[in-house]
Amino acid sequence: MSAAITHEELHGEAHDHAHEAHPKQSFIYKYIFSTDHKVIGIQYGLTSLVFLLAGFFLMMVMRWSIAYPDKPMPLIGAFLGDRWAPGGVVSPELYNMFGAMHGTIMVFLGVVPLAFGAFGNYLVPLQIGAIDMAFPKLNAWSYWLNLIGGVLMMMSFFMPSGAAQSGWTNYSPLASTTQMDVKDVFFSGQTQWLMAMVFLISSSLLGSVNIITTIINLRCKGMTWMRMPFFVWGMLVTAFLLLLAFPPLEVAAVLQLFDRLFGSSFFLPTGLLDSNRHLDIAGGGSPLLYQHLFWFLAHPEVYVLILPAFCIVSDIIPCNIRRPLWGHKTMVYAALVLGFFSFIVWAHHMYLTGMGAVVSTFFQITTVSISVPSVVLLTCLMISLWGGSIRFNTPMLFACAFLPMFGIGGLTGLPLAFSMTDLFLHDTYYVIGHFHYVVAPGTIFALFAGIYHWYPKITGRFMNETLGRLHFWPSLICMNFLFAPMFIQGLAGFHRRWYNGGMAFEDTTRHLLWLNEVMSIAAWCLALSQIPFILNVFLSIKGGKKVTCDNPWHATTLEWATPTPPGHGNFNFEPVVHRGPYEYSVPGASTDYTPQWLAEGEVPEEKLTHAEH
Amino acid sequence: MFALITSLNNLLGVPGLASEHGEMVDHMLGLIQWFMLLLFVGWSTFLAIVFTKFRKSNNPNADYIGVRGHASTHIEIGVVIVEIILLLGFAIPLWSTQSEQYPMGPDVVKLRAVGEKFNWSFQYAGLDGNLGNQELRFVNTSAGNMIGRDLKDPNGKDDFVKSGEMTIPVGRPIIIDVTSKDVIHNLALVPMRIAQDATPGVRAHIWFRPTKTGEWDIICGQLCGVGHSGMKAKLTVVSEKEFDAFLKDNSEEAIKASAAQPAPLASR
Repeated sequence: MSAAITHEELHGEAHDHAHEAHPKQSFIYKYIFSTDHKVIGIQYGLTSLVFLLAGFFLMMVMRWSIAYPDKPMPLIGAFLGDRWAPGGVVSPELYNMFGAMHGTIMVFLGVVPLAFGAFGNYLVPLQIGAIDMAFPKLNAWSYWLNLIGGVLMMMSFFMPSGAAQSGWTNYSPLASTTQMDVKDVFFSGQTQWLMAMVFLISSSLLGSVNIITTIINLRCKGMTWMRMPFFVWGMLVTAFLLLLAFPPLEVAAVLQLFDRLFGSSFFLPTGLLDSNRHLDIAGGGSPLLYQHLFWFLAHPEVYVLILPAFCIVSDIIPCNIRRPLWGHKTMVYAALVLGFFSFIVWAHHMYLTGMGAVVSTFFQITTVSISVPSVVLLTCLMISLWGGSIRFNTPMLFACAFLPMFGIGGLTGLPLAFSMTDLFLHDTYYVIGHFHYVVAPGTIFALFAGIYHWYPKITGRFMNETLGRLHFWPSLICMNFLFAPMFIQGLAGFHRRWYNGGMAFEDTTRHLLWLNEVMSIAAWCLALSQIPFILNVFLSIKGGKKVTCDNPWHATTLEWATPTPPGHGNFNFEPVVHRGPYEYSVPGASTDYTPQWLAEGEVPEEKLTHAEH
Repeated sequence: MFALITSLNNLLGVPGLASEHGEMVDHMLGLIQWFMLLLFVGWSTFLAIVFTKFRKSNNPNADYIGVRGHASTHIEIGVVIVEIILLLGFAIPLWSTQSEQYPMGPDVVKLRAVGEKFNWSFQYAGLDGNLGNQELRFVNTSAGNMIGRDLKDPNGKDDFVKSGEMTIPVGRPIIIDVTSKDVIHNLALVPMRIAQDATPGVRAHIWFRPTKTGEWDIICGQLCGVGHSGMKAKLTVVSEKEFDAFLKDNSEEAIKASAAQPAPLASR
């Protein structure tokens, strides 16, 4: 872990490259097939933002169908094609397709790559004072595998069968038996979903191995475990979750692929029928096995979605309240406990399949237990605010909104944790409301906060505050009009995945159908509220207010010690860490921030430097 | 007391209840809703105070130490205690009753619900009170055996199958075997506060005791394909007298029909 040697090595290497490198080739290797963690982080970030937008677009089409079923969709309807939307009317098939792909894209191609791929890649080496990731080439592979997976996923929309239509969970036998009547089963959406997942999972595995090794081996001098920012700790736990939870899903995907392509029946029971015909299979398989493999991944995956959000918020809050994070150590332990427990709660997604008292007792106890570290994390962040001097800039607004919004998401998980109340609410809109509060105004708000916060380090310019507020307030309001009514509908018995929003079940739904319209309008307004953000991201690159020093927020963690923007090799000096990560407003200090890299007795200087390489 | 606890449920529009154990489910749900409300109001109040009191203009200099004292620990312990009460007092016993203490005796009504794209069929145990065996390999569409009844099983001689509507008596324990022919469906009975996945190859059971007569929707709760949004059946709870008559008529007809048919060959 000798940073001195690695720095010298890198400097030497970089000089050699500078002499040898062909100028044209160097552009491609510098910006496209780069092995620099920062470039890869930005690549991950831009790709996943595009996918987030794509996933959001699918949802807007679905919301039309829910609110105005069997009516032609204006503007967009004409472009959906007669096969899927005859006369511009969204068909149930198209709805199911968009539903499955909305979930898949948002989780596997949007939020996780942005949270873990982009933020993890860009910031973890900087925050621990490393020159790059431990395995830069694997890192590049991780990004490119992710992109291949994403492109496969999107290409499946244009296949004769259309994309996958069996929910993001892709349960067998539905997923194994649909789209089997096409000319070539390999080129069907359901099969391509599995192929794409294999690429995405491989990408995640490479990324997680890299993050773990980097954090363990490449911390700079003085960066002891408890001096690591919570951000790095959270990413470490997230990486372990990805590393250990994803392989079972990869197995499930491969086995389901066999069931589809080679006539095996890992997940297909004896005597299975489709449209009253016995399928030509050996049988003996178990649909429940697929669910176990899937949820063994997908529950830890939930924490993969949440922990990076906590990571980001726990950096932004101390910086903007000018006082230390309250309970840094407690939060670290809570994240570790959370990570461990996330592996033993998966069957709470399966109460409906029927289980005995012993199994259900086990999973109810573990599920309720996991709420404890979650509450600890949230409580620490909230208590941190007490005694602060809060400056409400755009990143802080998003970080502050994260707290109560994630709170709603967490609290509404309670009735779902207990098996008997879950039976009543499972697969209803209550569940949809619950996890969207966790992920959308929860995680995605934290991700927005992170983009606004670290943008000046990446580009050397601030994002526009007015546009930021125009992004924040409408988003917050629309999110709540979109997701809060879901709880009401869910309690009334509205089930998910109805293309017509519940028209067929009038006795159950009649009195609350009007909420569908409210939610859909909120969804479209939410889309409009993203325009200021998109403009802001692009216009600020050239037009944003320039930063005047490397540490414009007066923060304390190591990424702010780098030149703006950080160059190849990250630091212009050899970073040494002298203290914990959140030393704000230290009594007796000359400034209200005492950065980690500042030697005893020194005063932080405000200067703008440029990368040497 | 019950009214107070469930008042929040009513306010939020939890639909009418029609089963015996559902009262405990609603009770528990009501308690959780109050607990959630309490925590949310607490957090929001705290945040509202903090966001005004400690904004830069009101508090230019931050305090390095921040909160002193252990209020948060006490709140955390409080949360844990409430959760333990919910677990031990409600969730675990309720689930044991529903999953392991199945009712027995002559008044139990047995049914089998078989899901397929996109409707439900219900096999009734008939006058003998016992359900005939069913397996997917016995499904024979041309012979009219749509759900795969075992025609050799003597228990099944008086069984009959109705499609699209489930008729059950009020006040008697109902046991339903839930399964499927093709993909996973879910038998969701909202007013009974119960739901069960219908998984092909899996024999799952639920039981409940209806407390009200009436008609409700049976919803398919699990994505099952293009027709999922319209996979609907009718749940009809009738008086015991009406049900007995319904059972007797259909069962006698079934016995007649099976006697008229040539007995299935012993071997093929």
